[in-house]
Amino acid sequence: MEPSISIRHLDLSFGAVDVLKDLNLDIGKGEFLVLLGSSGCGKSTLLNCVAGLLDVSDGQIFISGRNVTWEEPSKRGIGMVFQSYALYPQMTVEGNLTFGLKNAGMPRAEIAERVERAARILQIEPLLKRKPAALSGGQRQRVAIGRALVRDVDVFLFDEPLSNLDAKLRTDLRAEIKELHQTLGNTMIYVTHDQIEAMTLADRIAIMRGGLILQLDSPKEIYNRPANKYVAGFIGSPSMNFFEGVVDLGGAPVFSCEAGDFDLSGYEFGAAGPQGGPAWLGIRPEHIAHGPDAAACPVRMEATVRLVEPLGSDTLARVQVGERLLWIRLDGQSSIRPGDTLTIGWHAERANLFDSATENRI
Amino acid sequence: MAASRPNQLFRNKSAKIAAIPMIATALVVFLGGTIWTVAHSFTSSKLLPKWDLVGLTQYERLWGTRRWLISIENLMIYGVCMLVFCFVIGFVLAALMDQKIRFENTFRAIILYPYALSFIVTGLVWQWILNPEFGLQHVIRSLGGNRPPAECEGVGLSLSCWLSGIEFDPLYNPRIAIYGILIAALWQGTGLIMVLMLAGLRGIDQEIWRASRVDGIPAWKTYLFVVIPMMRPVFVTTLVLIGAAIVKVYDLIVAQTGGGPGNATEMPAKYVYDYMFGGQNLGQGFAASTMMLLAVLIVVIPWAFMEFGRKNRG
Repeated sequence: MEPSISIRHLDLSFGAVDVLKDLNLDIGKGEFLVLLGSSGCGKSTLLNCVAGLLDVSDGQIFISGRNVTWEEPSKRGIGMVFQSYALYPQMTVEGNLTFGLKNAGMPRAEIAERVERAARILQIEPLLKRKPAALSGGQRQRVAIGRALVRDVDVFLFDEPLSNLDAKLRTDLRAEIKELHQTLGNTMIYVTHDQIEAMTLADRIAIMRGGLILQLDSPKEIYNRPANKYVAGFIGSPSMNFFEGVVDLGGAPVFSCEAGDFDLSGYEFGAAGPQGGPAWLGIRPEHIAHGPDAAACPVRMEATVRLVEPLGSDTLARVQVGERLLWIRLDGQSSIRPGDTLTIGWHAERANLFDSATENRI
Repeated sequence: MAASRPNQLFRNKSAKIAAIPMIATALVVFLGGTIWTVAHSFTSSKLLPKWDLVGLTQYERLWGTRRWLISIENLMIYGVCMLVFCFVIGFVLAALMDQKIRFENTFRAIILYPYALSFIVTGLVWQWILNPEFGLQHVIRSLGGNRPPAECEGVGLSLSCWLSGIEFDPLYNPRIAIYGILIAALWQGTGLIMVLMLAGLRGIDQEIWRASRVDGIPAWKTYLFVVIPMMRPVFVTTLVLIGAAIVKVYDLIVAQTGGGPGNATEMPAKYVYDYMFGGQNLGQGFAASTMMLLAVLIVVIPWAFMEFGRKNRG
């Protein structure tokens, strides 16, 4: 498939600080790509480069097969939605939607048609005559999406659009954005630091750190087979539990650490094949079985419950194994109490191994 | 049984006690003084205030005085020009300053610096600069070699003759002297306006600018249709500051021209001062100051209604 956006060897530095380094990225037509990372990882910078709001230091950007590296943002065929909505406060909603089009000298009839369509899709028809100050946060963000929509472009860019909304509204609007993508089928790039937004919305997630893309994959793959220890710890809440130890390939593969020796038979090693030596073993809280289920697991151990956090739908517990504290996820109706002892265990194929030195998956 | 509701008068006692001096000052000095002045403007007070009502005589005399009429005319010219130029120059400087330029702090300090000088110093400095004998005119004429007019008779087009013959002496020409004052006032006042406007511009969310770039709107249009409407509160503040500075202009005149040449740069505030303390004619001074108050109220009251009267709309 022909990529909708191609980024080739992109560099960006502010003075001596390199924000993006030799970044390559292809985004397919109609794909929903999420750039995910903590603050300062370069995700917003990358989005602004694609939008043309920042001049790149080196490299090229193609949108719909056209080299737009040095084009003005308005000529790139993009629409953008900002965290603070960035609506023009002195204009009505309709004024906000039409300002850019009027400026471009578009015929009135076509403007009216586009505004009508955008308002229908986003259900903001009753708000058209109001000013932004008279709208709620969710409505404002809808108008901001509408402003991108009336531009009738191939690519939508979202810069943390839900971060200024409260939790309930965020969930609602998240679903609406996903629906919008399914309806329109446009290419969308979405920047967020919220892993739930990333997991729920994305076709593919690019996890960024220090100006580099650490892993670019489907949400499922990122969750199940994180490429390195940072990604493994970043995705999932509570975070993955880690053990430091050594992979021993003499005989049946075994991971030995101070908490014991864990059987690794069934673990799917990476393309490079099994690799011994110092390593981290990671296991997600929801992949740790307990009670009767644990009895069937090849890896088993006794744990003492230290802390219980009931969430309703499920219960989180911090348990102690030897000196190590682990998070485990239990059923919401669980009645365990601090001080209880549990048998916990897991299957080796659920575990993740990372090289101690490189922190890459093995 | 519920405790009885405490007396409203004694709630927040310490705050109320602390506010008493200021309330007293406002009532006695501002309000009391104003009423006293207005009342005595209807008397024939000379050196000392005297309760001897003479009706509107002082006002008739005031509006029959040529010096007062010139003062009013000067204030109009000065006020309109000051308002317009201060706003425009201040905003343009602020917009230029907001382009992420190098040495912004240095430029800002340089432009704001005149504001740190008193009007007396500003007036003196500009009196010297505009003095034809050793000021700007002299410098320009020297560039042309300072050739005497006789030498240039019939020479035709010559840069040195043109430079030597240039005339720039606003403070010595009664028709344009008021603009000489204006130049000094702008030099002193625009810095503050620029700083205020710059603060206003900095308060505009950067994402608004980005959104307008994505929309393809040229920068000047963004300023005109988006940014300037958003800066309304800053504009109101600057308007109040400039307005107050215009009405009370006094020391600049005294330092720069002393009201001259002739009556060419007289101002109402100077008229008031001269009659009250120089001319020993309190009644006339009071009448003039009452007229100034009236003029200010005519502007302020409708504005206050527009600004605060609309608060109860939805």
